[in-house]
Amino acid sequence: MSAAGQASRDGATPPPGRDTVRWIDERAGASPALKAALRYVFPEHWSFMLGEIALYAFLVLVGTGTFLALFFQSSTAETTYHGSYAPLFGERMSLAYWSTLRLSQDVPAGLLMRQTHHWAALIFIAAIVAHLLRVFFTAAFRKPRDITWAIGVTLLMLAVLEGFAGYSMPDDLLSGMGLAIAYGVAMSIPVIGGNLAFLVWGGEYPGTHEFTTRLLTLHIFLLPALIGLLIALHLAFVIRNHHTQFRGPGRTERNVVGTPTWPAYALRSLGLLFATAAVLFLLGGLVQINPIWQWGPYETYLATNGAQPDWYLGWLIGGLRIMPPLEIHFWGLTWIPNPFWGGAAFPLVVFGVLYAIPWLDRRLTRDFSRHELLDRPRDNPQRTALGMAFFSWVALVFFAGSADRILIRFGIPYEAQIWFARAAVFVVPVLVYLVTRRICRELQRSDAHPLRGWSGRRVRRTPAGGFAVVEPGAATQAGDDG
Amino acid sequence: MSVWRVIVAAVLLVLRGGRRGPKPEEPVDPRERRVPINSRAQLLVAALLALGGLAGLGFSVLYLLEPGNETQWLGLALGVALALIAAALIVAGKAVVPQEIAVEERSQLVHEHDEAIVPQMVAAGGEGVTRRRLIAGAAGVAGIGVGAALVTPAASLGPNVSQRIDDTPWRRGVRVVDERGRAILADDVAFGTFVTGFPEGASLRDLAAPIVIVRLLPSTIHLPAGRPLAQWAPEGLLAYSKICTHAGCAIALYRYPSFRATQPRPALVCPCHYSTFDPARGADVIFGPAGRPLPQLPLAIDPATRELRANGGYSGSIGPAWLNVDRGGA
Repeated sequence: MSAAGQASRDGATPPPGRDTVRWIDERAGASPALKAALRYVFPEHWSFMLGEIALYAFLVLVGTGTFLALFFQSSTAETTYHGSYAPLFGERMSLAYWSTLRLSQDVPAGLLMRQTHHWAALIFIAAIVAHLLRVFFTAAFRKPRDITWAIGVTLLMLAVLEGFAGYSMPDDLLSGMGLAIAYGVAMSIPVIGGNLAFLVWGGEYPGTHEFTTRLLTLHIFLLPALIGLLIALHLAFVIRNHHTQFRGPGRTERNVVGTPTWPAYALRSLGLLFATAAVLFLLGGLVQINPIWQWGPYETYLATNGAQPDWYLGWLIGGLRIMPPLEIHFWGLTWIPNPFWGGAAFPLVVFGVLYAIPWLDRRLTRDFSRHELLDRPRDNPQRTALGMAFFSWVALVFFAGSADRILIRFGIPYEAQIWFARAAVFVVPVLVYLVTRRICRELQRSDAHPLRGWSGRRVRRTPAGGFAVVEPGAATQAGDDG
Repeated sequence: MSVWRVIVAAVLLVLRGGRRGPKPEEPVDPRERRVPINSRAQLLVAALLALGGLAGLGFSVLYLLEPGNETQWLGLALGVALALIAAALIVAGKAVVPQEIAVEERSQLVHEHDEAIVPQMVAAGGEGVTRRRLIAGAAGVAGIGVGAALVTPAASLGPNVSQRIDDTPWRRGVRVVDERGRAILADDVAFGTFVTGFPEGASLRDLAAPIVIVRLLPSTIHLPAGRPLAQWAPEGLLAYSKICTHAGCAIALYRYPSFRATQPRPALVCPCHYSTFDPARGADVIFGPAGRPLPQLPLAIDPATRELRANGGYSGSIGPAWLNVDRGGA
């Protein structure tokens, strides 16, 4: 590279590709930016790739979703099914359900695209959540990245909404049950709930024909555009401040040490894009998901037992389920209907805490400075323990949402599970807090690395009855003897 | 204290990777650049890329040869093609191209000079303006007015909630039919079964339409005051709205004891959040999150035909609660 630069400065043959750069430069003046982009340094750690997986899953979502949009008809107008899936032959159903069925059963590669789209949605949100946990437990959300954090939390919220809107569209039994619950939660918003739900659905549930158009507009236009825009903004802030890095040789608060974009990092990241897409298409091809022809079309008077939403709504169904039958009513009016607690107040609290985390952390640590080096979870036992308590609280509610599956699978009485969960949400976070704080302090003291080896020693009983330390090299042989 | 040590040791044992990492030395300058000249890795990359291309072609061939339900083969071909290319890129990134650790200085975010100048520039723009408060007030009026104008059309999205929810298709004398429009007879509802009925001629989509009808021994029924059994439970037949008062799902489960001595009372259960209602006591909530009983529909049995008819309207509002919900005296 330096030899080529030398040659051009000497007025000899220009390096290949110079003309292209000149062409761009003459119009955009972009060669300094290109130079900086090629030398942009990425610190390396496996956990820094979780956000990239989310980004690449989003690309797969846009691609497969575009294919689906070319076939899907969002209409509740009724039609009769004459396609190749025999058990539903001759059934009356909505065009939405009919076109999803046709796409799945009769359009070549249609089912592959639909299932890959669904799997990609699940993994998109899973990657966002994993990324969020990584950023929290390494304190990467601190200044100057508090805005990046807030954009990321907003992205998580929009992604959950987008996923819900998506699986509500085919008008199968499960999507209808989900929408009924969404209607119940919208109605439960204090004072304005009734009118709000009527605005969204165009009237009483299941709503007018316009409602399906609204769902489609939301799912394939408004939310994806907003998500794409916020991803761009999120990445713009990431690029402006560069990545954070763990402490290590030569790494300071003022520099960033790692692999430059070109060529190694670009190749590896592109590799991750292809690997993400490969996993998603393999799942989409080989692992069945949401076989709507088995659920059947939705009617308001139908519901099925053991129904579960996509995983990222599990915490909301859990919140709705473990709430005792509390409603606030006086003066003949119902001020707070029950679904508000689990379906609206609970997610508001969770997202409120997520948004407030950078501010809360500043308040608790009294640390207002800029941070470029990451904490390991043990470095701040208080933050790690509080975070574990909070996330274990959400996780408990999440698992309580699957009590019906546990009832069906293992026969553990449903009521007993719910009473257990109602108590556990108060007790478990406290225990998790105490245990985590203690583990962090022990790790600080021993300086052990739980993911990278063990600092203990193996002992072996000698024939004489005593104990002898087994040296690491001799460990295998000692094991073979026994 | 020893308990803590056991927990910590257990966590460490579970998580241990099995190898003991040596303490890293602390060199000051981490920069390095290595050019791997590895022809085997290059051959591997070429092979992976070529195989990936072949698998991709395989996808197209499968598609053309077997248009139809070839989802598994198509997914496998495309997934394998993408996976091979991913492997090629990762091998190339790790073993073919130069491996470099570079150091980039982070840029300064704080610019003290400009930070002072920006507010001055903004202030300079208001030079010579004397009636600031008046203009600011007027701008506020403009903002509120135009904002309201832009938001108002949202009201077109839906009607006012008003009394629509309580306008139900059920009136005294309306025949109870099944989803295909056939009349339901009193004798169709046996003990332990659970029949879904609709008002004759109404849309099945209407949330107020579906009811569940169950039969209980009249001696076990204890309805709230003001609901005499003759009008509300003729021959032990009880009808309730099928839409859960919690979140609007259909009450699709009926728990009926097969051995009365040890099992709990009959109950109507919503599968969404397991709100559990006691049909013998006016569908009182006995478990789960619902905040009020299911509204009951009074029934009459036609003496000649034994057909079921509504004997009036619901005892309260159907479906999820909102501000003006009629709790039916509960």
